[in-house]
Amino acid sequence: MKMTTADVEYVARLARLELTPGEKELFAGQMDAILGYVEKLKGVDTEGIIPTSHAVPMENSFREDVVRPSIGLEKALANAPERAGSFFAVPKVIE
Amino acid sequence: MNIFDMTIYELHSALKDKQLSSVEATTAMLERIKSVEPQVGSFITVTAAGALAAATAADRQIAAGECTLLTGIPLAIKDIFLTEGVLTTCGSRILENFVPPYSATSWKKLEGRGAVLLGKLNQDEFAMGSSNESSAYGITRNPWDTSCIPGGSSGGSAAAVAAGEAIATLGTDTGGSIRQPASHCGCVGLKPTYGRVSRYGVIAYASSLDQVGPLTRDVADCAAMLGVIAGHDPMDSTSVDTPVPDYAASLTKGVKGLKIGLPKEYFIAGLDPDVQRAMDAAIETYRRLGAEFVDISLPHTDYAVATYYLIATAEASSNLARYDGVRFGHRADADCLLDMYNKSRSEGFGVEVKRRIMLGTYALSSGYYDAYYVKAQKVRTLIMNDFMATFANVDIMLTPVAPTPAFKIGEKVNDPLQMYLSDIFTIPVNLAGTCAMSLPAGFSNSGLPIGLQLIGKPFDEETVLRAGYAFEQATEWHLRKATI
Repeated sequence: MKMTTADVEYVARLARLELTPGEKELFAGQMDAILGYVEKLKGVDTEGIIPTSHAVPMENSFREDVVRPSIGLEKALANAPERAGSFFAVPKVIE
Repeated sequence: MNIFDMTIYELHSALKDKQLSSVEATTAMLERIKSVEPQVGSFITVTAAGALAAATAADRQIAAGECTLLTGIPLAIKDIFLTEGVLTTCGSRILENFVPPYSATSWKKLEGRGAVLLGKLNQDEFAMGSSNESSAYGITRNPWDTSCIPGGSSGGSAAAVAAGEAIATLGTDTGGSIRQPASHCGCVGLKPTYGRVSRYGVIAYASSLDQVGPLTRDVADCAAMLGVIAGHDPMDSTSVDTPVPDYAASLTKGVKGLKIGLPKEYFIAGLDPDVQRAMDAAIETYRRLGAEFVDISLPHTDYAVATYYLIATAEASSNLARYDGVRFGHRADADCLLDMYNKSRSEGFGVEVKRRIMLGTYALSSGYYDAYYVKAQKVRTLIMNDFMATFANVDIMLTPVAPTPAFKIGEKVNDPLQMYLSDIFTIPVNLAGTCAMSLPAGFSNSGLPIGLQLIGKPFDEETVLRAGYAFEQATEWHLRKATI
């Protein structure tokens, strides 16, 4: 499969990235080469093999549902690029 | 002996015997950093004032007779670890002003033992890279030859140990990011078993593969550092609640009768002749020490890099979705929210991070999910099975860490696939979730360090460390210093 700049634009939109024309061209070529390389996995027989999402077998890790101190409003907002009172402020979503 | 060349144990005994104070040791380290940093570039942030304050507190503890092995020892950590009140960038522009509200568990444990933080170390952006060339804060150079890369992504962590800029450091390893730089810089680097060390407060790259580990001057220091950072953490539900052995105590048990596997897939024709020579010599050393060798096969090795670059990038694309300019990190000027997301991310991320987000997004996208992501997860199962089946017959495995010594700066930067293939011997261990260590095992003709990899069974860091210690006692590679 050949990766086109249109494919790259589509994936960039999903990834919330705005690429320059130069980056689009670069990535089309490089993703093509890398995806060409990973094609080799198609040659592996994985019939009936269970996918691994996690290396160590473990079950859900529960804890008691008790109220604990949290880091607090000021600390949580300390890195906010923009704040409005006790909120994170963002550009308008709805006109 | 120079203070900056000491091991943890050597400096500890000097501090305890009052030959030296921690303030003196820390001052010497800060001077060393100042003098070699222009050539090496290991640090993103040097925390001189904080280090001297911590050293003063450590000296009071030592005077009061309340001294742990790490009290007053100047350490540095990769900039991927959150440090409360200290800038944490993860090598990225997108976090150029991020000051975390809390600290990573692994650092808190070291700090709790009285360790002194010299600063935060350079790395590939978001730990994505094998050469430290993808950092937004400049490249790090190999202290053995400054025209070469130090390895990555924990390149600053390895270079700082090799250049005498920290007594020991912490790094992280997702596909070889502790072991490969340790090998290229001539230090000891351990990737513990997945779940052995808490990942709480470690900026996530690929969550099913990331693990925290030490980089040190020798195996004894490595065992000591692991002993402190290992263990269950209620704040990381993937950390495993299994007892932490006394690693230091079992170091001296030797390797007589130890069964060491040599996987044939790791001794390929394309191996650099200097690396091959170092491996042959290491095998001979172990034989002399009484270990037995077994020829083994890990048949799915050839698929590991392809598997890794689908799983790791998929997890990365998901993990890095949090950098949206809303709550922390870089925010671009924009009129609407969607533009703000797009622009903040595009301005904040470097090219390697964008490339991996793109690959991962593609592998997870509708129509490709089964063919790429799920397929890779199934091959991962086969790679794990290779290891588990083989470990029924051997105690550890011995392999090279990297196919070549450190390459030149700029050599692979325009060919990501070639860069990815340099991790061919370290990636399978992360996919299998088990532990492995790199330790100095020789030098190339041009004087670059070559590392030996010992791979252990899950949660059997003890045997890896013991075997590494036996090798170190029988050789002198770890005693050589970079002349910088």
